[in-house]
Amino acid sequence: MFETSFSLNDLWFMLKGAGVTLTVTFWAVLGGSLLGVAFGLMRAVSPWWVNAPIGFVLDIFRSVPLLIQLVLANAFKSIIGLKWDPFTVGCVVLAVYTAAYCTEIVRAGVLAVPATTRRAARSLGLSWTQDLTSIVFPIALRVALPSWIGLTLGVMKDTAMVWWIGIVELLRSSQVIVTRIHEPLFVLSIAGLIYFLMSFPIARLGARLEKRWREND
Amino acid sequence: MHYTFQWRVAFNALPDMLWGALVTLEVAVLSMVLGVFFAVVLALGSSSQYRAFRGAAATWVELARNTPALFQIYMAYFGLGSIGIQLDSFPALLAGITFNNAGYLAETFRGGLRAVPPTQMRAARSLGMGPVQAFRLIVLPQMFRVVFYPMTNQMVWAILMTSLGVIVGLNNDLTGVTQDLNVKSFRTFEFFAVAAVIYYLIAKLVTLSARLMAYRLFRY
Repeated sequence: MFETSFSLNDLWFMLKGAGVTLTVTFWAVLGGSLLGVAFGLMRAVSPWWVNAPIGFVLDIFRSVPLLIQLVLANAFKSIIGLKWDPFTVGCVVLAVYTAAYCTEIVRAGVLAVPATTRRAARSLGLSWTQDLTSIVFPIALRVALPSWIGLTLGVMKDTAMVWWIGIVELLRSSQVIVTRIHEPLFVLSIAGLIYFLMSFPIARLGARLEKRWREND
Repeated sequence: MHYTFQWRVAFNALPDMLWGALVTLEVAVLSMVLGVFFAVVLALGSSSQYRAFRGAAATWVELARNTPALFQIYMAYFGLGSIGIQLDSFPALLAGITFNNAGYLAETFRGGLRAVPPTQMRAARSLGMGPVQAFRLIVLPQMFRVVFYPMTNQMVWAILMTSLGVIVGLNNDLTGVTQDLNVKSFRTFEFFAVAAVIYYLIAKLVTLSARLMAYRLFRY
């Protein structure tokens, strides 16, 4: 019962898959966060006629399954004749998807700073930019960081879907091995364990940060 | 650009896709009902005085929250098959999403239970209510108010997760139907764009009705 054809090479193959998972996550979160901060600030300070369209468009990315977004983007890329490889398409789709969530997180963070605090800062002679960089950002960061960590982990788990457009990441690499050695439970358990090890420590860190910062409020 | 869009093909397939949407909703609703049930069990289990229950509940919750939903569906479809539990794609998808829902909702419910101050229970008891009565009439309504919004969120998540069924071979839900049509005609963009619109409308319908319900329920 404890015999297995799973070799060290297979484990190495899966770890390489995990590397791809992390790389996609990195680019998606980097791009998504930059976009998210820009849109979030825009949504927090701009009048409704700028705010509403941005909100509407970003909401679409949160209401359509990621799998469908990936397929659509991949098809659209071919239609307009872009020569992107699947990896780029995956990163771009996930980045936009991340941005849609990150915008709301940033916006909630900025809006969580009391107007009185900002007015106090301005009355003390801080300029608008100074108020933003040394008052709003530090306070907003405390509100936003735990959610942002949650988002990052969520995106990491959602990268499991990019194999549909042809990227071999962790889950796909485990499928490849399953097809060869026919031990789905064992191989999938290892894949699950790797996901768990990548996600759980950071999730714990996020929960601790959230708790500690709430205590100090 | 040498591509001509042919939307007519996609529109002709609209009835089939709408039937698929019905299956999608069915999976989502079922997984939510089952998920709420298991989540209540898990939330109670994690506050149990027995270590084994606490451990089992924590394992379920952490596994559900720290691995991809797609992995959980794979586990139900391929993993369980190798220990003799053969599930079709529909039950496997349902099991995967239910497992995921329960894990996330358990945390929500635990937070909801904590949001009701223990003094409420004591006050209700000292007014002469029984334990069950006090829980049903005093604690539960207050808890429901806290967990309602996260629950509607989870419902939308469940709808989006059903699209993963196609990966384990489900072919009668919205994504499955769309993929079948796509394989037959290779009008990928058109079909999936229509599917995206349907998903969007379903998600909006759910949020809208939840908002109406919240307005009726929590108005006082």
